[in-house]
Amino acid sequence: MRNNLDVKIAFGAMALLLIMVGFMQSWGVALAILNLCLISAVMSMGVNIQWGYSGLINFGVMGFLAIGGLATIVVSMPPVTEAWSAGGFGIILSGLILFILIAGIFYVHRKFHSKYKNYLLFFLVISVIPIMKLVAGPSISAIESIDAATSGFLGGFDLPIIVSWFVGAFFAAIIAFVIGKVCLDLRSDYLAISTLLISGIVVSFVKHEEWLTRGVKNVTGLKRPAPFEVDLQNSEWFINLISYLFKGRLSKIIDFDEKVTLLNELVMTSSSIFVKLCFSLIFSIVLITLLVFSEKALRSPWGRMMRAIRDNEDAAKAMGKNVVKRHLHIFMIGSAIIGFSGAMLVTYDGLFTPASYQPLRYTFIIWVMVLLGGTGNNYGAIIGAFVVWFIWIESAPFALFVINTLMSGIDNTNQLKMHLIDSIPYFRYLMMGLGLLVVMRYRPKGLLPEKIIKN
Amino acid sequence: MDFLNAIVLLTNYIIVPALTYGSQLALGAIGVTLIYGVLRFANFAYGDLMAFATMIVILTTWYLQSLGITLGFLPTALLALPIGIIVTIILSLFLDKTVFKYYRDKKSEPVILIVVSIGVMFILNAIVRIIIGPGDVIFMDGARFIIKAGEFKKMTGLNEGIALKSTQVITFITTIITCSILFYFLNKTKTGKSMRAYSNNEDLALLSGIDPTKIIIYTWVIVSILATIAGTLYGLDKSFKPLAYWNNLLPIFAATIVGGIGNPLGAFYGGFVIAFTEIGLTYAYKKFLVYLLPEQLEPSSLVQYISTDYKFAISFAILVVVLIYRPNGIFKGKVI
Amino acid sequence: MYFSAKNLTGGYGGVNIIEECSFEVNQGEIVSILGPNGAGKSTAMKAMLGILNLKAGEVILDGKNITKLKTQDRIKSGVSFVPQTNNIFTELTVQENLEMGAFLSDGDISARIKEMYELFPIMNEKQDQLAGELSGGQRQQVALARALMTNPKVLMLDEPTAGVSPVVMDEIFEHILNIKKQNIAVLMVEQNARQALDISDRGYILVTGRNAYEGSGDYLLNDNEIKKSFLGG
Repeated sequence: MRNNLDVKIAFGAMALLLIMVGFMQSWGVALAILNLCLISAVMSMGVNIQWGYSGLINFGVMGFLAIGGLATIVVSMPPVTEAWSAGGFGIILSGLILFILIAGIFYVHRKFHSKYKNYLLFFLVISVIPIMKLVAGPSISAIESIDAATSGFLGGFDLPIIVSWFVGAFFAAIIAFVIGKVCLDLRSDYLAISTLLISGIVVSFVKHEEWLTRGVKNVTGLKRPAPFEVDLQNSEWFINLISYLFKGRLSKIIDFDEKVTLLNELVMTSSSIFVKLCFSLIFSIVLITLLVFSEKALRSPWGRMMRAIRDNEDAAKAMGKNVVKRHLHIFMIGSAIIGFSGAMLVTYDGLFTPASYQPLRYTFIIWVMVLLGGTGNNYGAIIGAFVVWFIWIESAPFALFVINTLMSGIDNTNQLKMHLIDSIPYFRYLMMGLGLLVVMRYRPKGLLPEKIIKN
Repeated sequence: MDFLNAIVLLTNYIIVPALTYGSQLALGAIGVTLIYGVLRFANFAYGDLMAFATMIVILTTWYLQSLGITLGFLPTALLALPIGIIVTIILSLFLDKTVFKYYRDKKSEPVILIVVSIGVMFILNAIVRIIIGPGDVIFMDGARFIIKAGEFKKMTGLNEGIALKSTQVITFITTIITCSILFYFLNKTKTGKSMRAYSNNEDLALLSGIDPTKIIIYTWVIVSILATIAGTLYGLDKSFKPLAYWNNLLPIFAATIVGGIGNPLGAFYGGFVIAFTEIGLTYAYKKFLVYLLPEQLEPSSLVQYISTDYKFAISFAILVVVLIYRPNGIFKGKVI
Repeated sequence: MYFSAKNLTGGYGGVNIIEECSFEVNQGEIVSILGPNGAGKSTAMKAMLGILNLKAGEVILDGKNITKLKTQDRIKSGVSFVPQTNNIFTELTVQENLEMGAFLSDGDISARIKEMYELFPIMNEKQDQLAGELSGGQRQQVALARALMTNPKVLMLDEPTAGVSPVVMDEIFEHILNIKKQNIAVLMVEQNARQALDISDRGYILVTGRNAYEGSGDYLLNDNEIKKSFLGG
């Protein structure tokens, strides 16, 4: 049991800060922070499972997030029927051929034992690309040319978007399987670099294969598991609700036109808050479910074994535990969770922007969250996510405040002042870096270190 | 005639760019490998160290230009290199003293050092973007081309031309000079040999009386020099964009590992291996084949193995092949 | 005695591995430190070198008390050491290994290097070869030569014949005898007790961290009790 008091204090502080933001800035901002924090908490938990349970360094987080995002499109966007008829069949055929090729490669890898095996394997692997180009090329051009400006891609299966979250997790687990088979027994720093490179490939794929993802043209107008603000603003029950809630304020206004204006304003701001609250609810359910399962798993015999392996791998191997397989399982589970959160993120944003997947912004920030919060510790991952996000979002207004205060006498057109204000977005990174260094030096186990679990 | 054209084509689109790119990667990879071999960690902040160093060079270049000082047909930035080098050395030593030394003395796990280097990366990245902004900065001046494609065609009467940018030649020559000096230092001087000894067998080096503090300082000095030169050459050749340096770190890491981590000569060759493979595999060979083959066999497609968007895939593929079949790198390196 | 260690007591952490151990060796002598596994032989040697912190005891070199000196300073004073493992720079050439051996010397070392090549003739052809590519026996020669570059007065060897074939072992002991002829005080920890004692002038037998027996090489070789306990009858 980690110290329950520590956890309660940490979460209490979190709540307090959010409430302060709500009062001092706006509830919208507070809820935005909360929602992003919830999503990031799921991401950190995924990373934490890989790092904390198995000591695996996954620097490919951004790739798995992109896969999750990809899933939202492929699952929830309506299909573009012309594109499907133009190239759909070709794509499916190509997919089959790819599958056969890969199966063939695995087969050769397993069953062949001649001394030319490696050359054959090499030849097979490098020929996959030209073959795929040949087979899928025409279909791809056909699809991309359909309505290139507004569409130019296949679309999806028009399913509810929450389904895509699970599909995203599934895709991510599959990719993790492939990566794991190839890379997991590398040394930790090689694994880090390999996962980093692979995530680069995944994001390149997502950015380039427009027939699937629209690439840098982005996909907008994704579905939602929560209502749209516009719909709310036009629905009677909501307007009635807001009138009821703000009865007091409204009744103080005599003039009818003014009352209507105020009501409209309230409806607009409230709709946005309502939507955010819906998301918060959904995300919290996800997070809590995940937390419950993880904690249960930690205390189970399986969890004890995983920790035993992590703490002394050689001894575990000597006892006959198949360490490699366990690592692979953990890697897949953690990646699945990351993929899930990637889908959540894209759903929340309402659009899929492949170009936004940068390692600095996604992979490494998440790692800062995990390390800050306390490695090997689910609650720590959540706190870490909150702290980092809070600093991330609040550092901009904070920096602005500091600059304005320190340079209050100086004119707003002053070069230096303007330059500093323009640079505010980068101050976040500065603070992230400093925060990370401070934590690693003075509290290397994180804010909520893992206490030894006594059974 | 056509055979010559094919060669010229290859030279212009593959050989010249690959020698340039390879030089850039080689310089970076040697720096990374030295840090790994002597200081024993993968420095994820190296890309941003290069960016920082280049930024200093740019600022100095602007200052020099404002004073009317230029270098004729050579880029003024070359004059600014010494300042960039000195400032970067100071920064590196400062970072080592305040950040990395603590973990080295504690004999922390490599992972911790990687994480700490990421922290440094964030900070350097932010500082560079705060000072000079995130956008493209072009600071190249002096003659741009040594020979233009058109001139070449006129001189030789060939269909295809070779365009030789001055930055390409400068990059390659500077790299060769720098690496020659470096390898002379490492192989022929007592200090250089002691660095290699320390990298190879720390305990025995200490027993031999080699002073670790001095070795560490020399390493950071060399690494800073390499970072400044590499960063500046890259910025002159393409343009200075803070995030680009980070992106280049990935093929640099690949080059380091391919060459055998801890092996500077391996890193040098590794840089060119990665460069030639990346460029060679993303080039569209259609025209080349058209020159070489008789009409009936001429290809209609681009004959490009893989699109340039997938540059990472190539670095990664090479890395995987090397790690699986030759974990010590193509040229023997150390396995820590 | 030229070099002596008196009442060495110490270990790792709180536990003492050696208690009140004493050894001495003169120039031109070969002295072996023997004993069963875990007796503390290597620990004793590390203590004499200053690699291990002593709780008690002193180390005297040519009349000077060097107990407080750091390892590097002891080396500068004329002590040299060949560790059991990792005792050469595998990625440096044979020539460079020798040069590193003399790192602390400022002057011209080419004469000394020539002497080493004369002492270990095989190394002549291998001058520019990477030390890591040599055979086990050759590597040991490089290790010995490296340690001799500083013209030490005392040479300490930690199991110089560990893991080598009998033929190579004989070669190595030949070399050690040659080193003795240079009037160097040789102190060696060994597992191959019998062969070590064969070339030793004197020996010490350590048991569970304490001096148990000592005497001339012949005496230790031929004493029945010692033969039974340590030399396999």
